[in-house]
Amino acid sequence: MRVRLLYFASFRDAAGLPEEVRQLPDGTTVGELWGRLRGERPQFAAYPRMPPAAVNRRRESAERPLRDGDEVAFLPPISGG
Amino acid sequence: MPFLVNDPIDAARLTAEVLRPSDGAVALFVGTVRRENGGRAVERIEYSAYGEMAEEEMSTIAEELSEQFPDVRVAMRHRLGSLEVGEVSVAVAAASPHRAEAFAACRQAIEAIKARVPIWKKEFGPDGAWWVEPAEGSPPSTE
Repeated sequence: MRVRLLYFASFRDAAGLPEEVRQLPDGTTVGELWGRLRGERPQFAAYPRMPPAAVNRRRESAERPLRDGDEVAFLPPISGG
Repeated sequence: MPFLVNDPIDAARLTAEVLRPSDGAVALFVGTVRRENGGRAVERIEYSAYGEMAEEEMSTIAEELSEQFPDVRVAMRHRLGSLEVGEVSVAVAAASPHRAEAFAACRQAIEAIKARVPIWKKEFGPDGAWWVEPAEGSPPSTE
């Protein structure tokens, strides 16, 4: 399956791109995707816990299985205002 | 009217947007770019957002406010892009027949925006540029 992965703020700097499409094994969870990203980028590995994640613009837990076509974003600490 | 805007926020216009003849009070919160943060000089701030999610989260916050404060009418705006010191980054106007509900709804709205809406700021100063990332699990800043 393929998911669309969006990066924002410091995560965009770390990834070096605003978004990408990822090919993942069926049934991959949000937490497993975060685990992959941690393995790729030291900036992500520096996070002790998974940051809040949004799937199709709604916050979801690490256990949430991803589906083909999902839009996924891990959210760095927000600072609006 | 979208919540996120690129042009300057007009607080007076926001007030006019919510005010009805049945109201006796409008509480207006205006957040501005401060020239320092945590002891570091700030010259400007760049705001960015997860736009679609931010708009959806704002709709949810607006629904919650209308349930909790049925007599209050609230309008909220947050600006994106590069803002200089003194410019308005966020504004909330809450109109109500009486002031207590107007103040309460206005306060709740700005706290919800700061806690839940996916918006990020990058500060720029003479020392460089840095993302403002509140520590995970810390209470929302009331600054």
